[in-house]
Amino acid sequence: MKKKIVSAVLCVSMAAALLAGCGSSSSTSADTTEETTEEETEEAAGEETEAVEEASEESAEAAEVTTVTEGVLTMGTNAAFPPYEYYDGDVVVGIDAEIAEALAEKLGLTLEIVDMDFSSIITSVQSGKIDVGIAGMTVTEDRLENVNFTDSYATGVQVIIVPEGSEITSVDDLSNEDLLIGVQEGTTGHIYCSDDYGEDRVIAYTNGATAVQALLQGKVDCVVIDQQPALSFVEANEGLAILDTEYVIEEYAIAVSKDNEALLDALNAALAELTADGTVQSILDTYITAE
Amino acid sequence: MEKLISGLKLGLYQTFILDNNYQYFIRGIGITLLVTVCALILGLVIGVIIAIIRSAHDQQPVNKRGPVLKFLNGVCKVYLTVIRGTPTMVQLLIMWFVIWASARATDSNMIRCAILTFGINSGAYIAEIVRSGIMSIDAGQMEAGRSLGMSYADTMRFIIIPQAFKNVLPALGNEMITLLKETSIVTVIGLKDLTKGAMIIQSKTYQAFVPFFAIAAIYLVMVMFLTWLLGKLEGRLRQSDIR
Repeated sequence: MKKKIVSAVLCVSMAAALLAGCGSSSSTSADTTEETTEEETEEAAGEETEAVEEASEESAEAAEVTTVTEGVLTMGTNAAFPPYEYYDGDVVVGIDAEIAEALAEKLGLTLEIVDMDFSSIITSVQSGKIDVGIAGMTVTEDRLENVNFTDSYATGVQVIIVPEGSEITSVDDLSNEDLLIGVQEGTTGHIYCSDDYGEDRVIAYTNGATAVQALLQGKVDCVVIDQQPALSFVEANEGLAILDTEYVIEEYAIAVSKDNEALLDALNAALAELTADGTVQSILDTYITAE
Repeated sequence: MEKLISGLKLGLYQTFILDNNYQYFIRGIGITLLVTVCALILGLVIGVIIAIIRSAHDQQPVNKRGPVLKFLNGVCKVYLTVIRGTPTMVQLLIMWFVIWASARATDSNMIRCAILTFGINSGAYIAEIVRSGIMSIDAGQMEAGRSLGMSYADTMRFIIIPQAFKNVLPALGNEMITLLKETSIVTVIGLKDLTKGAMIIQSKTYQAFVPFFAIAAIYLVMVMFLTWLLGKLEGRLRQSDIR
């Protein structure tokens, strides 16, 4: 009998400890973030005047922004998407990396790039592991319910890669029931193709390179992917061609957590400045030479 | 608090209701279970054959091992080493993109490839589980069977394997649970299993957490169901023990 009571008490206390553990930790962490935010804004407000005096070219927004790591803009991307982001040696470079670098400089932050699966980027933004997701992301209504997007910084085009001499000559040919379409998981190409042609014929691969590999082996008949990476893939692999007709035209933007409106505003302001002074265009021109 | 609830509502709506997204889960469960069950059966067949060869070899006195048995044992050992020594995902990629490079990416082809890979993979683990069961049966059982005039094969079939099977059932249950969860890596070849379903929904809506919690719960329920089934089987097999 005694044993039973003891064990019952132990059980209850353990459960209570578990629950309390969850509750308190989450609430304290929320408190601390709020506190730090307030503190930082206060401090920042104080420092702002000094900063403006010291370095006038630094934007005022810089001081108000809170990031995951102080003083660092942490950017998540999927570095298998040339020329927007790809590895040069062990460094991630490309249009998105350079634009992020310019934005970070405007905001007075240092840039840190984290390479991850495309589908993990948004989760990381929302759970506060990274500040921004810059990976040639397209704005859609469903996505806007869960994250904020900045203004667009580039235009993307979805194109179709086919083997040379393929029967597919235009977008209309994709409606043929026997064709299999390869896409990169989580991209808008994936979503549009699934909507237009049904789940069954759309095979999603974790990155564009694997999709192209499947195309080369004849596992799929075509690959729908963004135009710039498509150009790189076709250049790297013999026997592939891009169809002249475009599948979809869309706008790329930067994803920011819904909890960080200040960062969104700061990024939009910085982006507007960079667009106005031609920095964005010159970065795009460096990487996109054809056309 | 209110914000949390409205966020959860939106999450549930986007995960299950929007665009009939719940269908990803239903189809995913079907494919995950199909791959798991077929791979388990294939693994059992491979595993039992290898376990019999290996234990027959190990239980013979060293000077009485025939050349055929020695050769078969060597082949089995290489298989075990290679399969247990390389990651399942790598095996899957090699099977799909190298060995079966000519296959079209239809659902049925991808399912076949997954069943084959997981069956061969889990066969290696099951082989060692079953071997431990066979070796655990007292040598006197075999001697008794043989001295009653039964052949080696008959003794194995009617005396050793039934007892061994009962002993290894819990370990086999472990293997089954591991297999069920491990099938989630078929997403790398593009097969639309349960995990892929959650990823597709996530990429459509950028809804971060609800899809993951949903599949976690579904996997948990599937494992609990299979564990319950296995418990039933164990209970049935124990009936003869209780007199």
